[in-house]
Amino acid sequence: MFEQLHAIIIILVMGLVTLATRLIPVFIFGRGNKKVPDYIMYLGKVVPYTAMGLLIIYCLKDVNVAGNSHGLPEIIALAIVVISYLLKKNTIFSVVIGTAAYMVMVQVI
Amino acid sequence: MIKGEIKAAFKASLPIMVTFIVLGMGYGILMNEHGYGALWSVASGIIIFSGTVQFVSVSMLSGGSFFMAAVTALMVAARHIFFSISMIGRYREEGKKKWYLFYALCDETYALLSSDSEPAWANKSAYRFWVTAFNQTSWILGSLLGGLAGRFLPFDSEGIDFAMTALFTCVFVQQWIDAKSHIPAILGLVVTLICRLVFGKEFFLIPAMIIIIAALTIMRGKIEKQEGGDNV
Repeated sequence: MFEQLHAIIIILVMGLVTLATRLIPVFIFGRGNKKVPDYIMYLGKVVPYTAMGLLIIYCLKDVNVAGNSHGLPEIIALAIVVISYLLKKNTIFSVVIGTAAYMVMVQVI
Repeated sequence: MIKGEIKAAFKASLPIMVTFIVLGMGYGILMNEHGYGALWSVASGIIIFSGTVQFVSVSMLSGGSFFMAAVTALMVAARHIFFSISMIGRYREEGKKKWYLFYALCDETYALLSSDSEPAWANKSAYRFWVTAFNQTSWILGSLLGGLAGRFLPFDSEGIDFAMTALFTCVFVQQWIDAKSHIPAILGLVVTLICRLVFGKEFFLIPAMIIIIAALTIMRGKIEKQEGGDNV
């Protein structure tokens, strides 16, 4: 009973913090009908272009170049994703073959 | 009619929904292995709704300190601050619906909606709502299935998380093709990589975001000139 209560509180605490990261900017900048400042509009336009690079590195944060595989599965799978996407412009196709190639490399080799 | 928007939203969300169902199952299975069944996974998916936060929460459910849970969630989820700031302009006219859109704004929904992917004819508001809802529902559905299926999976799912990396990479390439200024894309990649190497994998996100915002602010004149400064 106590253990379950502990788990519930952990989920609530982490949920509350996560919700705060999503809503605090809205409370600061997005209230009412006042015009969003130019600077915020500018960030809204350019931040998405920086965010994908940030997310890609975030996904790859555990790669250890000095480790056993030297990050080769990641590099090869990323190359497959980029090249297939440039050729076909089809997101689901690139995600599926890139992920399949990666899974084979980390499981079999 | 919004039927067209639902269809377009479904089509655009499909790659994300597939990966969310598979990753959600991974989360449900992991929770199960720690003794938390499907209901726990679903509740966590509604209360937290962030795959990364939920994955790190698993090991803290039994015996983690509340303070460390809060700090860890902040470290991992802080990138949403960044996302929300950049969606304020787009969601300004959404009325009450915006609270749902911000609450359920995850990496993948953000990737789709911040690249303004909706068809030109579509009602943006309906399209955004359905993309957000399809993505959240498929994550929760996946974790429900994983929680129910437990360990009876017929395949080894190691490496499945690369699907997220692949998805972000596709968006990155498409943005690279669309953008007139490549400074923001290069900043995101290079600054984050350097911060990862300098600050280590636990603490690099927040310094990376601060440096990126600072650099974007300093280089605003140059970037806006390259972009032409028109369509926002």
